[in-house]
Amino acid sequence: MTTHTTSTAPPGHRRKAVKAEAGKAKATGNRRSPGSYAVLAAVAVFVLAFLAPFIVILLNSFKTSADFRTNGSLSLPAQWNWSIIAEVWDRVGFTQKLFNSIQISLGVVLIAVLLALFNAYAIGIGRIRWRTPFLIFFLGVNVLPQEGLVYPIYYLFKEMGLYDGKLGYTILVGITYSAFGTYLLSSVFASFPRELIEAASMDGAGRWTILWRIVLPMSWPTLSVMCVFFFVWSWNEFLYPLVLLISNDNQTVPLGLSVMQGQYTSDPTSMSAAALLGIVPMVVFFLIFQRSLTRGMTAGAVK
Amino acid sequence: MKTTRHPRPTGYAVFLAPGLLLSLLFLVVPLVMTFYYSLTQWQGVGEPTWIGFDNYTRLFSDADFWASFRNIAFVIVGIAVVPTLLGLFLAALLFDYIGKKHGDGFVSLFRSGLYLPQVIPVAVTGLMWGWILAPEGAVNSVLEKIGLNSLAQNWLGDPDLALWMVLAVLVWMQLGYPLVLFLSGLQRIDPELYEAASLDGATWWQRFTRITVPILRPEVYVVLVTTTIAGLKVFAQIFVLTGGGPGNSTLVPAYFAYQNFFERADVGYGSAISSTITLLVLIIAGTMLTRQAREDG
Repeated sequence: MTTHTTSTAPPGHRRKAVKAEAGKAKATGNRRSPGSYAVLAAVAVFVLAFLAPFIVILLNSFKTSADFRTNGSLSLPAQWNWSIIAEVWDRVGFTQKLFNSIQISLGVVLIAVLLALFNAYAIGIGRIRWRTPFLIFFLGVNVLPQEGLVYPIYYLFKEMGLYDGKLGYTILVGITYSAFGTYLLSSVFASFPRELIEAASMDGAGRWTILWRIVLPMSWPTLSVMCVFFFVWSWNEFLYPLVLLISNDNQTVPLGLSVMQGQYTSDPTSMSAAALLGIVPMVVFFLIFQRSLTRGMTAGAVK
Repeated sequence: MKTTRHPRPTGYAVFLAPGLLLSLLFLVVPLVMTFYYSLTQWQGVGEPTWIGFDNYTRLFSDADFWASFRNIAFVIVGIAVVPTLLGLFLAALLFDYIGKKHGDGFVSLFRSGLYLPQVIPVAVTGLMWGWILAPEGAVNSVLEKIGLNSLAQNWLGDPDLALWMVLAVLVWMQLGYPLVLFLSGLQRIDPELYEAASLDGATWWQRFTRITVPILRPEVYVVLVTTTIAGLKVFAQIFVLTGGGPGNSTLVPAYFAYQNFFERADVGYGSAISSTITLLVLIIAGTMLTRQAREDG
């Protein structure tokens, strides 16, 4: 974006290109001026202020209650100590919650991606009859509000013995996301090079072979972005786990921590530590998968 | 539908079967059941009693329901309108000013910072802000430090303030989404367009209104549609921050439905509320999508 694209402009832009050539150094405004540093500083301050809540949480998670009471919520900790965090970790059963979240999210990703791949293979590549109505169906399913489904699901899960278990919940969320994946992948597959598929089927490859050997490897970039996205979404779910995963052994990280809210309102450093424990896993994930995350969002939004 | 000139490849339908069946079973069946419940009086145990549209007429005269809808209008401002406007401005500033003068490093740094709240679990965001806005929380500490004790408030406990606080938290959470989308949309722009415009003497503001905004129209549209739908579904933020209170000052339909399902054992009424939201969401999504399809030609 900073690249000063030189004049490889199409003919229609010749006038502009010539002008750009003439005044490139001076008039394109790429010089840094005191004013531009002021703008930079202003934006930096804005972003810092925006991130201040994270900083406050970080500061207070390492304070003792006494430290908090004497010095308030904005000072640096008199001593950085891990005891509150460790205590909250234990009380919440954080190890178990982390394990649950990871297990569920991986399961959701697997189910959602697999179903979406199959659906989109039939719709985008197989071009089955009524593919447009099917696509509209998945699109509709994709926007359904959870609160419109949650009670019957709660009821049915109880009847079927899936209530308060990770398996039923994982399948449910996986199916929910597969609708979005179907929509996204179908549009990707619609522009899949047909010659490849035709050539393969000439060579005698069946539909399974074509799916696993040709379509899957070639759509890996989109699929991997979808995986990252589904993982985050599933990690962050709230209403379904609130209703369907009630026991300590099955709760996810956000659920386990939000329970803290009611229990320890009078214990500020613990509250802060709880928030920190909820923030850290996703920040780590974000730092690792930043590119996929931003790419995934744009992939789904504007084709 | 029958436009293919090639012989239709057969046997692909089997691939659609599992996904379609599971979606019908886990999503469509519950949807129909909710609508059925909404026409009954039911406590969640025993047999539902058919009462026709009584739950819906009850909704119309329920002050809490109307309050939840008024609040949803605010929520949509906080989750859709403000982040879109602010995101547009920031995206243009980062792309057409900071990036050009100070390099892409700053742009991606700022972008990451502003996107961060998007990946944090909503429940944890609520936990964090609930603590910051608490009477003993960080906001009041700051006010005390700078000698404005008189401005300290019980931010989430005051019926006149709570909704505004929820709004502010929503803006904070959502800003990164339009920003990232807009920044990637701006990649489509030929840099020479901006250069030529500045050579012709266009100010930054003119470039913003004449180039940036028109080019980003599809993204703006997508952001407004998706966030408006998300606004109608808002639940976790309210659950964790305020529980709908004080009074009904931050009540939203999803939370109202939840209360009826699981706290008041009034499943029929809760179903009427959630059926109404579902219908609204489908209407909005449908309208927007057909409009978009028509614009695409």
